[in-house]
Amino acid sequence: MIRTEHVKKSFDDKQVLKGLNLTFYDGKTNLIIGRSGAGKTVLLKILVGLMAPTAGKVWYGEREFTALSKKELRAIRMEVGMLFQGSALFDSMTVEENIRFPMDMFSNKSTKEKQMRVDYCLERVELSGVNKKFPSEISGGMQKRVGIARSIVLEPKYLFCDEPNSGLDPKTSLVIDKLISSITKENNITTVINTHDMNSVMEIGENIALLHEGNVVWTGDKSEVLTTDNETLENFIFASPFLLKLRDSFVKK
Amino acid sequence: MYWRETMRQMEDIGLGSFLIVFLISIFIGAVTAVQFAYQLTGFTIPRYYVGYIVRDMTLIEMAPTITCLVLAGKVGSNIAAEIGGMQQKEHVAAMEIMGVNTSSFLVLPRLLACMLMIPVLVCMASFFSMIGAYLGSVPTGMFTGDEFVRGLRAFFDSHHVVMMLVKAFVFGIVLCMVSCYQGYYVKTGSVELGKSSTQAVVISNILILVSDYLIAMVLT
Repeated sequence: MIRTEHVKKSFDDKQVLKGLNLTFYDGKTNLIIGRSGAGKTVLLKILVGLMAPTAGKVWYGEREFTALSKKELRAIRMEVGMLFQGSALFDSMTVEENIRFPMDMFSNKSTKEKQMRVDYCLERVELSGVNKKFPSEISGGMQKRVGIARSIVLEPKYLFCDEPNSGLDPKTSLVIDKLISSITKENNITTVINTHDMNSVMEIGENIALLHEGNVVWTGDKSEVLTTDNETLENFIFASPFLLKLRDSFVKK
Repeated sequence: MYWRETMRQMEDIGLGSFLIVFLISIFIGAVTAVQFAYQLTGFTIPRYYVGYIVRDMTLIEMAPTITCLVLAGKVGSNIAAEIGGMQQKEHVAAMEIMGVNTSSFLVLPRLLACMLMIPVLVCMASFFSMIGAYLGSVPTGMFTGDEFVRGLRAFFDSHHVVMMLVKAFVFGIVLCMVSCYQGYYVKTGSVELGKSSTQAVVISNILILVSDYLIAMVLT
């Protein structure tokens, strides 16, 4: 479980996060949603330690993440996997080398064991056989799956995904969403996904937090989205009149 | 991982720069010989002195300085663009999350590669310069091959080789550190990436020339 306690972040005079209190649960797909500029990416960066909060605390279970020493931080990094918006695969390495990279850095496993783990992860994301290809030789959707394989290779306790569906078609997005969700369940991982994709919200949103102008304005799960009377959430999810009409007809039924 | 990355960088910097260093050295050597032969025409200076002047000019100045100015353009811009691109595409953030000390992982292999390969390239440059000087002057009848070789072997001072290697080593460090810094602290956007790459070359060139002067002051 990850908790944030009164997390604030300011850049010069601009306050981006205004004291967030959030809980992200184990074995659940926790979604941070909100419009562009709402502070989602800043929050995610604070959660993974790429950015320090101006005030407030982040807890990983019983450990105060924001107060860890460098050594402790390195240890906790081994429990963290992250899928980046653009996959962030290293261009000079093959798919296999990309996935093995975290193990080469942290693990004392033998070459054979590492290879077995790489093969398992590739199989898990349904990408067997692309081991020797370079990132530039595979599609965007495949790159995302390689990114997922790399993020789970060290069997993390915490998985962070920054806009995992950006740039993907709806069908591929669904595959990625389901993959993240099933990995979360299988390994009881605390997964935090930063997204503004409505399909993801309705498909895998088990614990959703809506950020608006640096505040959490709504929390709930996907079943509550359709019946919400929160105006900000309505404006965000059902941005087009067509979707709003569709929702109304669905709720009436 | 560090070892493999160092090997990759050594290959990129060393083998990747061989052709340009070869071509530049051959022509600089040839031009130096032709120009000096022309300058010394009409004086009572023995003709074999051209070989001697070419050798010392190559060792002391041409090979290390010109080669490193060229490498600052080729290797330096490449380093800045590669690290800058990694920064912009979140590769650096990905490494940070994996617990990698990125400043060390990105800089150290490149620094080692520059410290080792640039002196090697400079040695090759000095050798090819002298070959170029021979090819540019002897076949055209400016002087005989024997005269040129006699000049190359005359008044040899090994201190000049030390000076060349010191310069190559220092210039290698300068161009690598400047380029890594420019790449690592790049801002977002392709315009900024281009700027950081250009800055890397410009600043490296200036610092190479300044350090060239300082080394000359200290070692002569």
